[in-house]
Amino acid sequence: MRKILVLAAVAAGIAGSAQAADITGAGATFPFPIYSKWAEAYQKATGTGLNYQSIGSGGGIRQIKAKTVAFGASDAPLKGEDLAKDGLVQFPTVMGGVVPAVNIAGVEPGKLKLSGDVLAGIYMGEIKKWNDPKIVALNGDLKLPDANINPVYRSDGSGTTFVFTDYLSKVSAEWKSKIGNNTSVQWPVGIGGKGNEGVSASVKQVANSIGYVEYAYAKQNKLSYALIKNHDGNFPMPTIEAFQAAAANANWKEQPGFGISLNNQKGKDAWPITSATFILVHAKPEKPEEVQAALKFFDWAYKNGDKLASDLDYVPLPSNVKDEIRTAWKGVTDNSGKPIF
Amino acid sequence: MTAVTDMTSIPAAPKPVARRTPKATFDVVFRNASFLAALLVLALLAGIMLSMIVGGWPAFREFGLGFITSSVWDTQNEQYGAWPAIVGTLSTALIALVIGVPLSLGIAVFLTQLAPPWFKKPVATAIELLAAVPSIIYGMWGLFVFAPLFAAYVQIPLSNLVEGIPVVGTILYSRSPSGLGIFTAGIILAFMIVPFIASITRDMLEQIPSVLRESAYGIGATTWEVVRHVLVPQAGVSIIGAIMLGLGRALGETMAVTFVVGNANRLSASILDPGSTIASRIANEFNEALGLQLNSLIALGCILFFVTFVVLVIARLLVARVKKF
Repeated sequence: MRKILVLAAVAAGIAGSAQAADITGAGATFPFPIYSKWAEAYQKATGTGLNYQSIGSGGGIRQIKAKTVAFGASDAPLKGEDLAKDGLVQFPTVMGGVVPAVNIAGVEPGKLKLSGDVLAGIYMGEIKKWNDPKIVALNGDLKLPDANINPVYRSDGSGTTFVFTDYLSKVSAEWKSKIGNNTSVQWPVGIGGKGNEGVSASVKQVANSIGYVEYAYAKQNKLSYALIKNHDGNFPMPTIEAFQAAAANANWKEQPGFGISLNNQKGKDAWPITSATFILVHAKPEKPEEVQAALKFFDWAYKNGDKLASDLDYVPLPSNVKDEIRTAWKGVTDNSGKPIF
Repeated sequence: MTAVTDMTSIPAAPKPVARRTPKATFDVVFRNASFLAALLVLALLAGIMLSMIVGGWPAFREFGLGFITSSVWDTQNEQYGAWPAIVGTLSTALIALVIGVPLSLGIAVFLTQLAPPWFKKPVATAIELLAAVPSIIYGMWGLFVFAPLFAAYVQIPLSNLVEGIPVVGTILYSRSPSGLGIFTAGIILAFMIVPFIASITRDMLEQIPSVLRESAYGIGATTWEVVRHVLVPQAGVSIIGAIMLGLGRALGETMAVTFVVGNANRLSASILDPGSTIASRIANEFNEALGLQLNSLIALGCILFFVTFVVLVIARLLVARVKKF
């Protein structure tokens, strides 16, 4: 009798430790702060930890394809055919915005107004001075210096660059054909800074410069920002509400795996450079229980994590999108074809 | 000869042989172990070389010689060329040597020949401490402290001065005076290699027997003549070795350069403009690279490997030539 009890205890112990095994994930650096925050709260609530390596989106895609992690994370969505080829299911977790940071003597935060067309012109080197007629036309009586514009870009491959160049490709045909859209592109002018901190350091130090950084970073470091003309012709302030407005009008089902761009969405308050960050899991995972644990984690985060996300200046997904994601999870099955969530 | 015959004439004593046997066994084991250790280095080198060539092969096959000569680095259209990075690597290293070598030799000569004894120790220690500073510290210092000062007090005045002058007005003019660029990277690299070159050179100069120096002074030589005609020829080979060690570090330095080089994947006629080096480009793009871009980055690494190898070979040849004299 005693023996059986001991055995049962041991068995329970093994089962318990198997359940408490950490969920493994790797990829994008942009959502790393919120994933770790969620993980901390999730471990307190359920006892299951998350081991997330922020090695960059490219690394995350490599790792999930190699099946070394339960989920991969990428800032740039994979295209439908790539998802199908590798048997992956993709879904968004949180959103963020990209804002132009500027450093012009005498111009206060939020006073300078730009359009997508002008931004593209600046980063192509065609608009060279701050008092260019195209910029003056947008700014009325704002006094702009007769000084060269110093554009600053991200030198490392990054989701931020992907979002920014996706926006420029949408609003400028010339940008689309000449430079295009990727995690890093061939910049014709400007200096490169590594990471958000590299870009902001350069913008702060170089007079008459302009850069682009994630909203959370700009806010926490109190960078001076410029406003951008949105699809409806307004100049909204970069706030969580403006990013949510961009998400509200989007048609998330337009692309497989919710891989739409939230850039230049309709809506009078929509911030024009907004994007979601994505998770990738295998549709038929070799270890279904690991992926199941990962999906449970994200389900928990959708239910309980919005406040934590807002605290860190990330933008939670609209609840209808969360429901659509849960429906999409039905496509993740175990070996017998049964949905694991 | 006689000694040998004497030896053979003595009757063989079994005892010493017995005592020698365990030692001989140990010798064999030790010889093999150290041989294996040496072999491991070769195997490691071959392994790294092989994996770099295999990893970079798709890029070399796709672009051929154009990979080295092309200046395009376009991830959108999957076109990759290494030329701006190669030029950036060589020019930053060259600037570092031009600034760093005279500085290091000056420090070494001062410390060994001229400095008062109470001053020697602190300076020598400070130099060794500089060598131990992690490169990311140099990078951050360069970005946050040095670059703004350099922009304000060198780049902007210099650009105003040379603007419009042919040749000089191109090489030394910066369109956007950010303080970041090839020249800044060269200066930071110079700071980084000075401790290496200076401390090795100092050790070498100290090892020169003082009788040589004193006899030179004895026949009435000035300090300069002693340095120029006695010390430098004596330590010449080692000094070249020290410089090559510094050059090797300058070529491969990654973090510090990435912070201050400006990270522009294009060629510029001005040395004050932003550029990139092989190592900085790999550091920037490796995280997010996939497919052909990844192959191209590995191929870049392969080229850096090759450049460093060529530099080492040239150093060896130089040392061999100096030794002959």
